[in-house]
Amino acid sequence: MTAQLLAPTTTPTGATTLTFAKAITLGLRAALAADDKSLIMGEDVGRLGGVFRVTDGLQAEFGEDRVVDTPLAESGIVGTAIGLALRGYRPVCEIQFDGFVFPAFDQITTQLSKMHYRSRGRLQVPVVIRIPFGGGIGAVEHHSESPEVLFAHTAGLRVVSPSTPQDAYDMIRAAVASPDPVIFLEPKGRYWSKGEVDLSAPPAPGILDTARVARPGTDVTLVAYGPTVATALKAADALAGEGTSAEVVDLRAVSPLDIPAVVASVRRTGRCVVVHEAPTVHGVGAEVAARVTEEAFHYLEAPVIRVGGFHAPYPVAKLEHDYLPSVDRVLDAVDRSLAF
Amino acid sequence: MSSRSTGETGLVQLLDPEGARVTTPENESYRERVAHVKGDDLRGMYRDMLLTRRFDDEATALQRQGELALFAQSRGQEAAQVGSAHAMAPQDYVFPSYREHGVLHVRGVDPVDRLRLFRGQDHGGWDPTEHNTHLYTLVIGSHALHATGYAMGVQRDGLVGTGDPARDTAVVVYFGDGATAQGDVNEALVFAAVNNTPQVFLVQNNQWAISEPTTRQARVPLAERGLGFGIPGVRVDGNDVLACYAVTLEALERAHSGGGPTLVEAFTYRMGAHTTSDDPTRYREREEEEYWRRRDPIDRLGALLRAEGEWDEVWAAGVEAEAEALGERLRTEVRALGAPPTAAMFEHVYATPHATVADERAWLAEYEQADEPADHETATEATR
Repeated sequence: MTAQLLAPTTTPTGATTLTFAKAITLGLRAALAADDKSLIMGEDVGRLGGVFRVTDGLQAEFGEDRVVDTPLAESGIVGTAIGLALRGYRPVCEIQFDGFVFPAFDQITTQLSKMHYRSRGRLQVPVVIRIPFGGGIGAVEHHSESPEVLFAHTAGLRVVSPSTPQDAYDMIRAAVASPDPVIFLEPKGRYWSKGEVDLSAPPAPGILDTARVARPGTDVTLVAYGPTVATALKAADALAGEGTSAEVVDLRAVSPLDIPAVVASVRRTGRCVVVHEAPTVHGVGAEVAARVTEEAFHYLEAPVIRVGGFHAPYPVAKLEHDYLPSVDRVLDAVDRSLAF
Repeated sequence: MSSRSTGETGLVQLLDPEGARVTTPENESYRERVAHVKGDDLRGMYRDMLLTRRFDDEATALQRQGELALFAQSRGQEAAQVGSAHAMAPQDYVFPSYREHGVLHVRGVDPVDRLRLFRGQDHGGWDPTEHNTHLYTLVIGSHALHATGYAMGVQRDGLVGTGDPARDTAVVVYFGDGATAQGDVNEALVFAAVNNTPQVFLVQNNQWAISEPTTRQARVPLAERGLGFGIPGVRVDGNDVLACYAVTLEALERAHSGGGPTLVEAFTYRMGAHTTSDDPTRYREREEEEYWRRRDPIDRLGALLRAEGEWDEVWAAGVEAEAEALGERLRTEVRALGAPPTAAMFEHVYATPHATVADERAWLAEYEQADEPADHETATEATR
């Protein structure tokens, strides 16, 4: 594929409409162009362009040394990326699916996360690990998991997930530029959704630390990230029809959590519902609930309520609609909060 | 028990256990490679091995006195380490596991710094970029992949096959026989082979992975492991410092020139325990230790020096004095290594600010400050 084929569609107004996946592609392309020490490595990322085609066309444009088809060995991908980073490179690893990251889990948690720490800052390992994550696409076992807490619990890693094409474009560039290792979780169920993207947006390094208010509101705060931001926004639409004003906070980052942003919102609304696909037990929602309780207890009109997956392996595709937090389950949680 | 993996077959050897030169048609190319290694060079290797052993002895004593949390001796493996390290160029990069004290000695890593990890004072201890020598890695075999990735970076930097000995760069990774069973080591061999990395995998087969003999890790000589990956393997007498030097030199020449990776198995023996935590008398026989004691690498080189009239009593006394001074320095300076300030646990977790770390650091500082008067009061009460 030529570079020309990567060119986005530009509308007459100057805004650019892109799919989520293409926004990441162009973010990666910008990162590769900006720094010749950056490179992409993973299974099938070259000629195939990745199983989701996120790296489509990049090998043709940047060559086989910059977009590297690796052996089928996840620990090897991350472990060699660490070595490349120690030599001054900025590798972006693609893990094909969420459930396949575990062979690399040791390298990520015992090595990647700690190299800067145990060298007392003498060594940096600016490795990005891209993982298509989450469910809702009718996939088979190991293809729909939400492992974010396992990484967020590990000091030394930054864990982020974009929810819009614009954020995907901005956040992947920020992740590649970050001197810290970043677990970059791509909500695969959103890959084909479209949105406007300003490709001339300047780099936004703070975007990996900062939540955003996706929709302002006054009666209840819905906290979400990645794939469930869209669910929360749909729920907010439905609530608006019922006369309830919901504010949606998109965390963007799971580590670090932007607690001040969540607390500020809850102080305005008095109620908080956290929505994520990962199991609620020991999850991000538990952390948000604890922090909100500590820092905004007197503002709360109701307990913080969590909506998420269950303490069961990700179910078969025929049952995932019962597992994933639906708009109805979010509305039910809001009703419980309002009724408290 | 397979004799094939434990037997001393197919070893490159230049000095026999009595310290006499071995001259066979098979080792001719290696003999030629080290023909220039004479007097001062040989004495230098002897000195490095002796100082490494003294480092071991002092560190073990410090651990027994409660000054170190743990220590892993290199006793018996000095030839494999010192010989291979002498073959490297300064720009070559080393990834050690955790008992490569002889390698670190040759690379110039300060002996006190080498003990900070074992003291519980630091997770690293030295600046890897200063010595082109990475930190110790405790998770078995993980660093084989780091070495391979680093070597891929060296390739991209265009520092292979330049023909300039001051620029051509290779990576040497050390691990033990137990690590060859790990997935990461096998994945590293795959990545190294398909990328033709400038790299030497140096397995110190010291016969024991804690209490498990090599036969629990492999059914074939470890050097043969390379063949299935398309990586040449060489088996060397790991207690013969000259052979270890020659074999590593050959492997590094291949790496520097673009010939790709080599797997070297240094067949040696760990004379001590795996670490100060285990007791080898529970799992191995005294006869075996005696057998290897007679093959001691330091004695072997000493015998050669004496036989060839290279032994110098004044020089030997100087090395002994140097070893004494090293011991004294370790005893004094390691004991003086105190705990870092509490806030150090929050430093360098990230390269850029992270809100959670900042919050917890501030909380602990406040807590400790608030706690001080209480401690003071308790102390005052106790003295009343």
